[in-house]
Amino acid sequence: MGARLWLSGTWLGLLALAALFAPWVAPHDPLAQDLFLGRLPPFWMDGAEPGYWLGTDSLGRDVLSRMIHGARIALMVALIAGTLTCLIGATLGVLAGFYRGWSDRIISRLVDIWMAFPPVLFAILLIAVLGPGLLSIILAIVIIDWTRFARVIRAETLSQGAMDYVASAQVAGRTRFSTMIAEILPNILPTVIALLTLEMGIAVIVEAILSFVNLSISTDSPTWGGMIAEGRTSVHQAWWVLVFPLFTLFLTVLSFSQLGEGLKDRFDPVLR
Amino acid sequence: MSGFLDIKGLTLRLRGGPTILRSVSLRVASGKVHGLVGESGAGKSTIGKAVLGTLPRAIEITGGEIWLDGVNLLALPPRERRRRIGATAALIPQDPLTALNPSKRIGPQITRRLIDILGWSKADANRRARDILDEVHIPDVARVMRSYPHELSGGMRQRVLIASAFAAEPKLIVADEPTTALDVTVQKQILRLINEMRARHGTALLFVTHDLGVVSKVCNSLSVLYAGKVVEEAQMHRFFTQPIHPYSRALLAATPTYLDPDGSLQPVPAEVIQEVETEVHQHAQRAGYDV
Amino acid sequence: MYEIRNLRLSFPDMAHKPLFGAPPQIEILKGLSFDIPKGVVLGIVGGSGSGKSTLGRAMLRLLEPSSGTIRFDGTDITHLSEPELRPLRRRFQMIFQDPMSSLNPRRQVHGLIAGPLRLHGMEDVTGRVSRALDMVGLPQNFATRYPHELSGGQRQRVGIARALALEPDFILADEIVSGLDVSSQAQVLNLLSQLVDELRMTLAFISHDLSVIRRLCTRVLVLHHGKIVEQAETAALFDAPAADYTRELLAAIPLPDPYQEWA
Repeated sequence: MGARLWLSGTWLGLLALAALFAPWVAPHDPLAQDLFLGRLPPFWMDGAEPGYWLGTDSLGRDVLSRMIHGARIALMVALIAGTLTCLIGATLGVLAGFYRGWSDRIISRLVDIWMAFPPVLFAILLIAVLGPGLLSIILAIVIIDWTRFARVIRAETLSQGAMDYVASAQVAGRTRFSTMIAEILPNILPTVIALLTLEMGIAVIVEAILSFVNLSISTDSPTWGGMIAEGRTSVHQAWWVLVFPLFTLFLTVLSFSQLGEGLKDRFDPVLR
Repeated sequence: MSGFLDIKGLTLRLRGGPTILRSVSLRVASGKVHGLVGESGAGKSTIGKAVLGTLPRAIEITGGEIWLDGVNLLALPPRERRRRIGATAALIPQDPLTALNPSKRIGPQITRRLIDILGWSKADANRRARDILDEVHIPDVARVMRSYPHELSGGMRQRVLIASAFAAEPKLIVADEPTTALDVTVQKQILRLINEMRARHGTALLFVTHDLGVVSKVCNSLSVLYAGKVVEEAQMHRFFTQPIHPYSRALLAATPTYLDPDGSLQPVPAEVIQEVETEVHQHAQRAGYDV
Repeated sequence: MYEIRNLRLSFPDMAHKPLFGAPPQIEILKGLSFDIPKGVVLGIVGGSGSGKSTLGRAMLRLLEPSSGTIRFDGTDITHLSEPELRPLRRRFQMIFQDPMSSLNPRRQVHGLIAGPLRLHGMEDVTGRVSRALDMVGLPQNFATRYPHELSGGQRQRVGIARALALEPDFILADEIVSGLDVSSQAQVLNLLSQLVDELRMTLAFISHDLSVIRRLCTRVLVLHHGKIVEQAETAALFDAPAADYTRELLAAIPLPDPYQEWA
């Protein structure tokens, strides 16, 4: 049971360290171009150049260094966008599910209307209005995805609210607010955590997609999505420019969702 | 005399885990009702599942025989076993709410088994479904055939499930706590109906329940289970007048009745439980398997 | 202790809600009037859909009645707001049907019993918890267990201890033995009747099982489709049931006796 928790945790931990210390960890300047060193293959292939472990792209930039710097953006977006989305969505969801009545009617209507917009178009539109940049991406993710939390957490809160331990707290004389904080919240926490890590994975993907269609931050900063977009044009001559960032992206998103499942079990008093 | 259903020394355990049934033997004669009584966790539902071949994968059969209509089911290859069970046995389940598919109409839920497993024509199956629903005293059969489960009351759904169990004229029916979810007044009607249908069709019945009152109303004989072991097998009248095993006596003493308001209820004493455990261990040592 | 007059309670029927406008109301309790004097153990019996659980929850003001009055020890609590009710809450307690869902799975037994005591600012919390465990016959070391580590009967004892610890004037027990095996059921029933004698409790005992009611209760109230069809002293009700429905209910109970006439 602990295996997936440890595997995913280790990968994300390494990634976080690499991102944090990118300037020291990365072997090269991620932006330095050298046309003489263009499309060098990774170290185990013929024609590889020592020091360029995962090869270079068509402009001679080091793939490994670009990926490490790309991790900064990816993790920053995951952490900030994921947490903000979670805070806003889960709060609204708990309020709607616990207090019901008019607060539920307003929040649920809002969610319904919100979810009627196609999310990708919505994101592109938002970036077009806000202008590209890290902040815009984070805002776009939060503005679009809070509904996911609100909806799931509302349902979970509703079903927990119908349990007798909530009635029992009321019989014991707890206030409504303290019942929500002390009784309901701990019991929906596993769901919140699972959703949060899932959302972090989604944030990484959204950032990659927006970078892929060139709506992310400026082309100066390396991003995984941007690398995938560039690598796509030269996939027949230099597959490594596409494959390494794609694989990293895949592994990272998978790790986030596995981490969530693992933590969820960890937090369940019955399974523990 | 061998019964229509004859279970000999059936032993089951959780794969890589504890034993669930310990050398259980019992028989149900043709056309008779045999009760299977015990508290939760005693393994009574598991026996029913073993007979119907619906044990969860986590449980493995480590010994014994299940003879159904003269054939040892456990000696058959899986396909053949399923076919035989499908042709001779049926189930009346506990929960009328979850036993019917909520998104399908009642009619097809009864006929599907007849058409798919027994190879009936659609017209025959429909005629049969109408007749059998009529037999369980369902008013306005045509309308009920077209209804969805949520449009019927709990008692009505249980009638549908009884009809469905009898539709293919099985020779054995396993009833797994069929009235536990119902009100007493409805329970009475349903038990009467089961009795009436069984008598008319000459079906043998294995009746799983925790309620000694219910057993005394529908069964001819019974087995009392405790911790996966049959502690007493008896004819109905003998059991209620002279229970032999201390656990049986304890069970009877713990059951409240409104006729005896002042007689004190006796919880099952610890000595009795100890005694059964010892019996089980001795038995296990003789039979040579771990408990 | 309780005076209940013409109590009515309706729920909105969401299954038949029109697209716009308010959903129609279903009346669950249709004008109930009865008293529970001090020291009485009142059995409330009825089938599913009789409204017996709704009645219990209205008495404890977990639900607000649509009309009528509920007086608890002289105070009209029918429409009191939650903050107004809170000081009263210690005095009427409830034991729930399913202890698995009424005991927060994340708390240990000690916390489950101590929580309400602290809320009401009671002194000597630890002493009270340990006395409550004693009263229901649970060993002291159970204080550190979680609900899922207990058997059904033990969990129900924790539910009883939790209600008793507050030393309430009234306890409502909602189908508290229906989920238990007969042997644990016998233990819990014996415990309850012993506590009733010792503490001279006022108790309302909701159940679908007349056999259980007869063992425990001094008075019985029979509910059917949200109305009281009969209320009487226990012995009188079983000797000479007045209402048709009561007779039907009695006749339907399968006694563990193969010679019982049960046509």
